Amino acid sequence: MDAEITLRVDGQRRTLSVDTRTTLLDALRERMGVTSPKKGCDHGQCGACTVLLDGRRATSCLTFAVANDDSEVVTAEGLAEDERPHPVQQAFLDNDGFQCGYCTPGQICSAVGMLDEVKAGWPSHVTEDLDEPPELDDEEIRERMSGNLCRCGAYANIVSAIREAAE
Amino acid sequence: MKPFDYQRADDADSAIATVSGDPEARYIGGGTNLVDHMKLGITEPGKLVDITRLPYDSVEALPGGGVRIGATVRNSDLAASHVIRQRYPVLAQALLAGASGQLRNLATTGGNLLQRTRCSYFQDTSTPCNKREPGTGCSALEGWNRYHAVLGASEHCVATNPSDMAVALAALDATVLVRGQEGQRRIPVTELHRLPGDEPERETVLEHGELITAVELPAPSESSRSTYRKVRDRASYAFALVSVAAVVEVSEGAISHARIALGGLAHKPWRATAAEEALRGAPATEETFRNAAEAELAEARALRDNAFKIPMTRNTLSAVLRELTRQEGA
Repeated sequence: MDAEITLRVDGQRRTLSVDTRTTLLDALRERMGVTSPKKGCDHGQCGACTVLLDGRRATSCLTFAVANDDSEVVTAEGLAEDERPHPVQQAFLDNDGFQCGYCTPGQICSAVGMLDEVKAGWPSHVTEDLDEPPELDDEEIRERMSGNLCRCGAYANIVSAIREAAE
Repeated sequence: MKPFDYQRADDADSAIATVSGDPEARYIGGGTNLVDHMKLGITEPGKLVDITRLPYDSVEALPGGGVRIGATVRNSDLAASHVIRQRYPVLAQALLAGASGQLRNLATTGGNLLQRTRCSYFQDTSTPCNKREPGTGCSALEGWNRYHAVLGASEHCVATNPSDMAVALAALDATVLVRGQEGQRRIPVTELHRLPGDEPERETVLEHGELITAVELPAPSESSRSTYRKVRDRASYAFALVSVAAVVEVSEGAISHARIALGGLAHKPWRATAAEEALRGAPATEETFRNAAEAELAEARALRDNAFKIPMTRNTLSAVLRELTRQEGA
């Protein structure tokens, strides 16, 4: 069954008709040609499909496109401003925070969303005092990024990149 | 995936009427579990009624000091809520111990309560499973059952409930508010989920079409302390092997009040009433903690791969009680 939806994707308004079974990830990749969100596991376990959905990081493979009518989606592609990389993107480049690059757009969207969560004072599982503003040390970065897998194992440099971007 | 009709609900009454009147209709919240199940072919709804825009997205203080949590409050927002962090730390900790940042941003309070087991046989449509297809048998009983139940299981199903949040809610004496065509009802969270018995396909006491609208927490006692501890195979982003949620009050060296719930051990969040009984009025000593754990685990039955859960529960419960009864500054 088809439904017409309107999304704002990386700053552009897009209206399209989708089969209700289409996930947001498939709508982006297969219907709109926005291929920076990647399909890894397609079950919400690897984080490669992470986008910013109405400003918050989310796995786009576990939500139907039709359920996101009128939403704002920002992918790694849409983070750059004036053709200059976003500070998190630049930090991944400077710190060699990837090898094959497949998980990288998801890592970067997740990191951008995560840094906003820290700014908002959200605690994590490893935050000592739930009431104090969290301090973003390496343990916090690892915990908060645990929903993004990197099969090349570039974790050490991903942590460095995020630490640098947070400064 | 089977084609389905999608509707965004504008008001609760019409959503409830729609789902109640159609056995193939289901509510959808954040979708993190349901969308996955539809991809895997575990469930095939003909219609989805999206309830995420219903006005159940706030955490409100109640007269008398309690809190009402709307059913569509996202797990991340709930864990970040100041009232939860300050007055119900066990709940914030349980939420933060579950899933990943991305998933917590989607998952809702009501959906978390209704998430289904991660038993690998339940999730694999090529294997027999009484929960997925009643009468076909339980593959886990003699199969790979490291993550499975040691308490309250049956010969028909040995699956565990995967929620961290629900374990904390059980220890907090939470109440689930439900609306159906017959009106509203209140269900203690400890009575929401069922043990498998001979109907493992029925996981809760909800009737088809009933909608969880909120969860209420009673006012916390000012002198109580609470915590959630989760033991898992990885440091992050893994389901519990064993978890303990506890709310404890100590008065003059003795435990005056204890509410304990265990996760990863049973088909439902397991309220540890035998342990609570053993703790009541007892001195806060290692012997007391051990006796309480032994009392709760007296009926535990291990399967091939999960005997480790019994000493792990004993040790985790003791460690939690030690932490919560430690004197300030000692």
